[in-house]
Amino acid sequence: MARWFLRRLGQILPTLLILSFGIFALQQLMPGDPALILAGEDRGDPEVLAQIRAELMLDRPLLEQYFHWLGRVLVGDFGFSWRIREPVSQLILSKLPVTAQLASMSFLIALVIGIPAGVLSAVWKDKPADWGINAVALFGISTPNFWLGIMMIMFFSVHLGWLPPSGYVPLWEDPVQSLATTIMPAFVLGTGVASVLMRHTRAAMLTALAQDYVRTARAKGLMERVVVARHALRNALIPVVTLGTIEFGRLLAGAVLTEQIFSIPGFGKLVVDAVFNRDYPVVQGVVLVTALIFVTLSLVADILAMLVNPRLRAA
Amino acid sequence: MTGYALELAGIRRHFPVRDALGRPKGAVRAVDGVSLRVAPGEVLAIVGESGCGKSTLGRLALRLLEPDEGNVQVLGQEWTALSPRALRAARRDAQMIFQDPFASLDPRMTVAAAIEEPLILHTRLSRAERLKRVHELLARVGLRPETAVRYPHEFSGGQRQRIAIARAIASNPRIVIGDEPVSALDVSVQAQVLNLLMDLIREMGLAFILISHDLGVVRHVADRVAVMYLGRIVEEGPAAGIFAAPAHPYTRALLAAVPGQGAAEAEPIRGEMPSPIAPPPGCRFHTRCPFAVARCSAETPELLGTTHKVACHLAGELPPAAPFAEAHTGGERLSRLAAHFHREEA
Repeated sequence: MARWFLRRLGQILPTLLILSFGIFALQQLMPGDPALILAGEDRGDPEVLAQIRAELMLDRPLLEQYFHWLGRVLVGDFGFSWRIREPVSQLILSKLPVTAQLASMSFLIALVIGIPAGVLSAVWKDKPADWGINAVALFGISTPNFWLGIMMIMFFSVHLGWLPPSGYVPLWEDPVQSLATTIMPAFVLGTGVASVLMRHTRAAMLTALAQDYVRTARAKGLMERVVVARHALRNALIPVVTLGTIEFGRLLAGAVLTEQIFSIPGFGKLVVDAVFNRDYPVVQGVVLVTALIFVTLSLVADILAMLVNPRLRAA
Repeated sequence: MTGYALELAGIRRHFPVRDALGRPKGAVRAVDGVSLRVAPGEVLAIVGESGCGKSTLGRLALRLLEPDEGNVQVLGQEWTALSPRALRAARRDAQMIFQDPFASLDPRMTVAAAIEEPLILHTRLSRAERLKRVHELLARVGLRPETAVRYPHEFSGGQRQRIAIARAIASNPRIVIGDEPVSALDVSVQAQVLNLLMDLIREMGLAFILISHDLGVVRHVADRVAVMYLGRIVEEGPAAGIFAAPAHPYTRALLAAVPGQGAAEAEPIRGEMPSPIAPPPGCRFHTRCPFAVARCSAETPELLGTTHKVACHLAGELPPAAPFAEAHTGGERLSRLAAHFHREEA
């Protein structure tokens, strides 16, 4: 177990290194010159441009720039945003709670809707309730988030006036207002994930319900809901746990479009703004942190899988 | 009380078949009017080809599937009339052992939890008493009590089947149905598990229904045999009688098809089994029967007889069949193995 864990950690490091270099290299291929953008009014003056380039090390070879950046990252220094002149780590730390709150709420909504819907539609397979649940799930999967977001704003904010259409209030400042500003984007993101969870739960439940151990459980004289919950669902959840953890990672990585629509100052918005402004240190920092979150969660997914599935423990 | 442990009367179950648009286009007649009785302490084998309906029959007998028609009586109690609640309580009396021991145990439950569950449901034992009983049951099926804390995947196929047996007898049932209980196991393990089952049947006076396609196994353990073809019983009687003098052409063909039966006098079964969606009219076997006459395709034969029953218009008119040559069968091999392992265990 300890060896397995160390091996997994050993896999994470190269992944992050390769990824960070990839991002670094790709940025150089992007059209547009950050020096030109930063120079603003003075973009015609070659001296100013040269000074900016020297300051930002843009005149050095790519590898030198990369290793310089990497060396600083290893000691926890992600550099400064070229545009806002703030430390990147500060920016990330200020956006992370926003994204974490949104992701957690979305995931909660996804779990509360997705898992029971999957179980019910498996139990009621080929009955009208199953068709209904599947139709809603199909709608959830195929509806673009930005469209659903706009529709919700139109209905709940413009038409009914119940919820603020956009913006964000931190949880610790005003919890009620904070929930009011995040419930719609969380719902938009959550329903998408719920549909995926529902489809997988349904498929896994159908497999489990057809197993002999479920038949055995019925033959024991257990009540049907105990059979479903204790024998079928516990086994059906094994693949769903892994999928759910990965989906949570995707939510944490930020939802660019949804954050944009609701003007939520989260990860997605941070990285999009940074890309448009050629603010490379911010892009690199956010991508690296996102990647770190992702690989950590896939490790968590594996550990959870082992906890719920005794068959994996021996290996 | 009728004195029988299990009585099936006119059991019928059809599975609707739908076309691509979901319109019904017929039904698989999986079980089509079957009546059987099993006495306490008796082993009744149900044999037949894959798809003849024997597994469905087993499930109908325990109301794990609902019959479309017919009655199931367990210990004189009409199971088909029981409410869901009463049925759950009654389930302690009749249990099932499935073919695949890798599928029949919940992979997320320890052995102890799986065996304990029926005890929680059907007894008022305390937690400590239940655990003691779990250990007794494990010891009874030849496993060490310490194994109780382990999960099913840590056991071999034979050990898992022993666990499944311990689970099945935990609630002290009067009837056990084994759906191919040893066919997924190695031959040497088959003998051990069969011995265990036979010992339990004798000790507990169980009525046992053995669903099997392995005539060697059946010969070894069954008191009576029922031969199924396309959802119906075509022959039923004492095992000795059926193996010595099979009366139905299908039974003869089944017995002759066992390897080592001397292909010279065998009458091979021609063709494939017809679709159970549209079974042939008259005797369902007439399309493959070497003796079929005009009457066979027009008139459905009844299952007639007193102890040895046959559903064949030509019963008694056919030339006598070669008796089942036991020396060449898996049954003989099993008997020897069984004797061998019995000594080892003792």
